Amino acid sequence: MDRTAGGITRWSLVNLLVLLYALVPVVWIASLSFKDPSTFTDGTFFPTRWTLRNYSGIFDNADFVRGLGNSIGIGLVSTLVAIVIGTMAAYAVARLDFPGKPLVLGLSLLIAMFPQISLVTPLFEIERTLGLFDTWPGLILPYITFALPLTIYTLSTFFKEIPWDLEKAAKMDGATPFQAFRRVIVPLATPGVVTTAILAFIVCWNDFLFSISLTSSSRARTAPATISFFTGSSQFENPTGSIAAAAIVITVPIVVFVLVFQRRIVAGLTSGAVKG
Amino acid sequence: MAEIVLSGVTKRYPDGTTAVQDLDLSIADREFIILVGPSGCGKSTTLNMIAGLEDISEGELLIDGRRVNDRAPRDRDIAMVFQSYALYPHMTVRENIGFPLKLARMDKAEANAKIEEAARILAIEPFLDRRPAHLSGGQRQRVAMGRAIVRNPKAFLMDEPLSNLDAKLRVQMRTMISRLQNQLGTTTVYVTHDQTEAMTLGDRIVLMRRGIVQQVGTPEELYDHPHNLFVAGFIGSPSMNFLPADISGGALHSVLGEIPLSDRMRRALEAHHSPDRVVMGVRPEAFADASLDRRREHDAGELRFGGRVEILESLGAEKFAYIDLEPGTVVDSEHLADAFQGHSPGHRHAQIVARLDPRSQASEGRMLELEYDPASIHLFEPETGLNLTEHV
Amino acid sequence: MNEEVSSTEVVPVPGRAVAVPSANRRSERRLGWMLCAPAAVVMLAVTGWPIVYSVLLSLQRFDLRFPARKAWIGVDNYATVLGSSFWWNAFAVTVLVTVVSVAVELVLGMVIALVMYRTIVGRGLVRAVVLIPYGIVTVAAAYGWKYAWTPGTGFLTRLLPAGSAPLTDHFPAIGIIILAEIWKTTPFMALLLMAGLALVPEDTLKAASTDGATAWQRFTQITLPLMKPAILAALLFRTLDAFRIFDDIFVLTNGAQNTGSVSLIAYHNLIGGLNLGIGSTMSVLIFVTVALIAFVFVKVLGTSAPDAGRR
Repeated sequence: MDRTAGGITRWSLVNLLVLLYALVPVVWIASLSFKDPSTFTDGTFFPTRWTLRNYSGIFDNADFVRGLGNSIGIGLVSTLVAIVIGTMAAYAVARLDFPGKPLVLGLSLLIAMFPQISLVTPLFEIERTLGLFDTWPGLILPYITFALPLTIYTLSTFFKEIPWDLEKAAKMDGATPFQAFRRVIVPLATPGVVTTAILAFIVCWNDFLFSISLTSSSRARTAPATISFFTGSSQFENPTGSIAAAAIVITVPIVVFVLVFQRRIVAGLTSGAVKG
Repeated sequence: MAEIVLSGVTKRYPDGTTAVQDLDLSIADREFIILVGPSGCGKSTTLNMIAGLEDISEGELLIDGRRVNDRAPRDRDIAMVFQSYALYPHMTVRENIGFPLKLARMDKAEANAKIEEAARILAIEPFLDRRPAHLSGGQRQRVAMGRAIVRNPKAFLMDEPLSNLDAKLRVQMRTMISRLQNQLGTTTVYVTHDQTEAMTLGDRIVLMRRGIVQQVGTPEELYDHPHNLFVAGFIGSPSMNFLPADISGGALHSVLGEIPLSDRMRRALEAHHSPDRVVMGVRPEAFADASLDRRREHDAGELRFGGRVEILESLGAEKFAYIDLEPGTVVDSEHLADAFQGHSPGHRHAQIVARLDPRSQASEGRMLELEYDPASIHLFEPETGLNLTEHV
Repeated sequence: MNEEVSSTEVVPVPGRAVAVPSANRRSERRLGWMLCAPAAVVMLAVTGWPIVYSVLLSLQRFDLRFPARKAWIGVDNYATVLGSSFWWNAFAVTVLVTVVSVAVELVLGMVIALVMYRTIVGRGLVRAVVLIPYGIVTVAAAYGWKYAWTPGTGFLTRLLPAGSAPLTDHFPAIGIIILAEIWKTTPFMALLLMAGLALVPEDTLKAASTDGATAWQRFTQITLPLMKPAILAALLFRTLDAFRIFDDIFVLTNGAQNTGSVSLIAYHNLIGGLNLGIGSTMSVLIFVTVALIAFVFVKVLGTSAPDAGRR
């Protein structure tokens, strides 16, 4: 590899292009969110008059605050449940030999590829009948379902990477099966579980279709769906500033996750895919 | 310290395959015993059954006279060293070595003293607070040993512990293990596929093939008196030379020429229905350069044959001459195919290999006359592989 | 050195098969089933019954505004949908968006993957920042694009002739939808492709170099063929994912100027039109199409079952 000054300059330039690609649209939304409402139509990339009014506006908006709470709550509950039952299934898939294993994997794969819209119509009707429509569980259930395939595949890859010999060694060292699990497997699996939890949370946090279809009020509607109902009439004539500020608010936590856990997320996202 | 007895031990898998069949073995207290054989011979399965990591399908396993078939590994008081070392990556070296003691709820100060002692013996004191990831292969291997010796178990089980090391380190560690076992006097069962390791380390060797024990004995016994073609081919490096031979008119006919049957051979053949085809085997070290023989007392019984040296390998202390044979002189046998796992016996053994004195003047492309003692000839039954000269 | 795998040290002995699994194996089976049961039950309950139910709904006339007219009508709904130009228009839009965005993503994703994999400076920074479009909420990003192309507000419309409003014209609007889709999902493609790049041994590339291959030849003759499984898996996932495009279109045009995707018009039939019969019919058709695409990938292109969807 050429580590000459020329090489470094060339690569820096290429990197800069990639960074611009990834950042310009995000910076644009951010700068929009800081623009004074009177300057929205000036068409400049950066704000000419900075303000935090858009942010104070959305946090005064009960619907949005509720939506944010719903997003966090529903996202966390769904992630937690998906991780718990997904970890169990992933451990079984990675470590045990039992008939029906291909079935579990096949079902996961099927759901991973499944068009969500095909579920929305029947779920809309089923949930109305069961009284789940416009409730937290009404969203948590489909979220768990769509987070599970990812959880099972990613975690089983992590589990497979823990060498069998370690469990055997623990047994030889005098550990009971539970001690082997608790002192050897769990500490080694934790990074994988954390990574998977982040990915699962992103899946839930990102959802829009289920949230606008299976809710009818701010009771369970998540933040992304709430944003699409911004009309602007409550705060300003134009919802642009509120929407931009809200978009930044729901983006920031994910961006922080992604930047902090970059290495692990890359590993998690690509773990099984390369064997495809 | 313990005596380990396996009687009629069989391992059968649910799909019907048998990994180990009817194994009888009695391992004495303080003995260093080697399970050796090619891939798939059942040696690791045997070790795992002794460890308790695999169930025993049939037969009995006794440790110190107590049947332990149904005991969990942790109740057998046995330590194991794995090929992959199986060090816990999230623990420091100290924690790795101390793990068995911690599980046994040993007092902290006492445990620490034991860890330090083990580390001292294995010369890994400087690394006690490092993680396995920051150790070299040899250091990891020693940590794995440390984890085994620290709790002073009844026996050590070692599953190819040196096969992930480079050649030089392997020789070093081999002597270290040997010394350690002498010092501690702990009964040790050691699995390897490397016959050199087997020959150098063990008090006794158990040579297995396809789940069945082929021969149990000291390294010398296996080398000098192989029970069959497989044992003869497996033990020794380079391998014994094998040639097809016909018997007629009181003589053995092979590419080495006509060899009159000695009394020993005649008795062996007669004891086995006088076959007319056999496989003859001669070890490379049984040959000698005839031109160097002048000073030696010439033995009238010595046999001679000549051939063109195709390749000469000089290792300093010894020379190996590869002498080409005509095509069609290759012994095609399942026993040998197993013994030479992975190598094509066909090509390699269309040659005679002779180990020569370094003073030999043999050179590539030139003719070489070799001599050998007819007593060094083994005769094998081609189908069963039985060593006729050993079963009289 | 040692090619041994101890667990496979097995030799078949004919006629000595044991039919009854050991207690150990039975308990292993039971544990496997127990551990998988919750996940399997949830997945089946949330998808299995609804699929069946949506097939049933699709065979009925069922409009929530006229519940009294509910009736079994066989495949009439299918005839209605398949005979409708709205459906075929939406189908064409979906296919167009899918094909163009996946094709561009493959090329762009490969470029970004190569940059992330090969760059000699700031590798961590590049890899981290590239994840931002992946992490951002689709709807949030879509609003960004919407305002960027809104006359007066957007910095991008200033690059266009005065007075143009691209989101209000059919093809420009589809172009913007594709742009938003590409921007958001290329990083994911790039990550999958980067994992594929890691499969190409450095030594093989060095060998090709010494054999006289140029950089381009090394890429096309060595890297690409070795990456084929990774590329096919990435294509499969992105194709299926792009085919269900909804969020971007909902925000950018909400289907105006005939820019609706099949998911969007199915949604409109359900939530806007409250027509469960037609909505379900479309759901079933979309499901079948996705299954066909997956089948083509797996059977025709020979993609082996890849990893689960990571959006």
